[in-house]
Amino acid sequence: MAIDKRVASAMEAMDGVKDGATVFVSGFGGAGFPNVLLRALLQKNLKNLTLVANSATHRYSITHELIAAGQVSHVICSAARGHDKADLSAFEKLYKEGKIGLTLLPQGTFAEAIRAGGAGIGAFYTPVGYGTDLAKGKETKVIKGRNHVLEEAITGDLALVRADISDRYGNLRFRHAQANFGPAMATAARLTIAEVRAVVEDPIPQPDIMLPGVYVDRIVPVGS
Amino acid sequence: MKPLNRFQIAWRAAQDIQDGMLVNLGMGIPVLAADYVPDGRDVFVQAENGIIGCGPVAAANQADPDLVDASSRRVTLRQGGSIVDSANSFAMIRGGHIDITLLGCFEVAQNGDMANWDSRVPDKGPLVGGAMDLAACAKQVWVLMEHNTRSGGPRLLEKCTLPLTAVNCVTRIFTDVAVVDVAPQGFMVREILDGMSRDELQARTGATLHFAPDCGVLRAPALEG
Repeated sequence: MAIDKRVASAMEAMDGVKDGATVFVSGFGGAGFPNVLLRALLQKNLKNLTLVANSATHRYSITHELIAAGQVSHVICSAARGHDKADLSAFEKLYKEGKIGLTLLPQGTFAEAIRAGGAGIGAFYTPVGYGTDLAKGKETKVIKGRNHVLEEAITGDLALVRADISDRYGNLRFRHAQANFGPAMATAARLTIAEVRAVVEDPIPQPDIMLPGVYVDRIVPVGS
Repeated sequence: MKPLNRFQIAWRAAQDIQDGMLVNLGMGIPVLAADYVPDGRDVFVQAENGIIGCGPVAAANQADPDLVDASSRRVTLRQGGSIVDSANSFAMIRGGHIDITLLGCFEVAQNGDMANWDSRVPDKGPLVGGAMDLAACAKQVWVLMEHNTRSGGPRLLEKCTLPLTAVNCVTRIFTDVAVVDVAPQGFMVREILDGMSRDELQARTGATLHFAPDCGVLRAPALEG
């Protein structure tokens, strides 16, 4: 049967996602947040999710709604600070009360851990973080005279990413800085769902494909 | 002369960026430096979300929410610019391909240790972002900050008191009153504010200062935002 990864709705795309899932969410600085998919995930009202996103909450994302609804038990990120200086974010409130877990990683380690996860690497040594609080309890090793920290790869159950266009094969093209963590996350999850501005009828020409469709399982066109 | 303001600190640092360099500009004072690179020097600005060649902030009617820099500002892409994903962007950073990272900071120790990510604000969640990657792996790490805290305490110290970002990494510090290198013997003053005595600068610093034989005068043109 001819491959066609389009699904009718974001809710349908969430089919099979379960309590306890580790969920990657792309996005940085306002670009690439899959908010339509996040809204659908929120409506499934799952429990005990691990959220893997660069920012625990972000003013252009809606992860704070998942967190405030008590659906997230642990966050892996490089930024856990709310943008509002006067008020605490949904994450900060629960974190202060000890009701949500946090793994904070340097942003490059966060990105590489996901990339490694999708590339079949179990762990990697990086010089980043050596001698800091974020390396506490981690193995270290001197390699070519330089101190390194051992960091484990991250894999997950679900990746939610946002791209500009897709074709029926799931090939993705991103706009500008929209890609950010999306390509790595798509490789590291067992199920990857992409929301896209539009699905094009003809296959995307090869030079324009930024992520091969083999990493994408379901496509939801959502408009701009 | 009065101590430099934020724009003048950025201006002074920008004068030391050389033609052809690839630089990363952190939030706060560093990002201002892009406007002050001397004419004739062709410099690429990298943002850790993957933009290689950030141009100026976009005009309001041309701002594109998909074209943002690491400070979440809607920017433009310069001629010859390109964009990669985050994993590739940090491969570029960790791989030592960034000539200079300019970072804001809380404290620098005389051995080059820096602390710029956790000021221990009560209840606020921690935010490290790309600071550790940049500080540990750029070829040169320049710090741009006020010489003293708001309460007058020193930021240049024998040892940092706040959680470290990276060890032995800072190469040069631009403050409102001095330009200081981190040298094998410790803090080496290269420029001191016009009219400020060495004793006065030492009194405002938490570690022993050494003065370069050719120690000059820190000056900047009048600049405002």
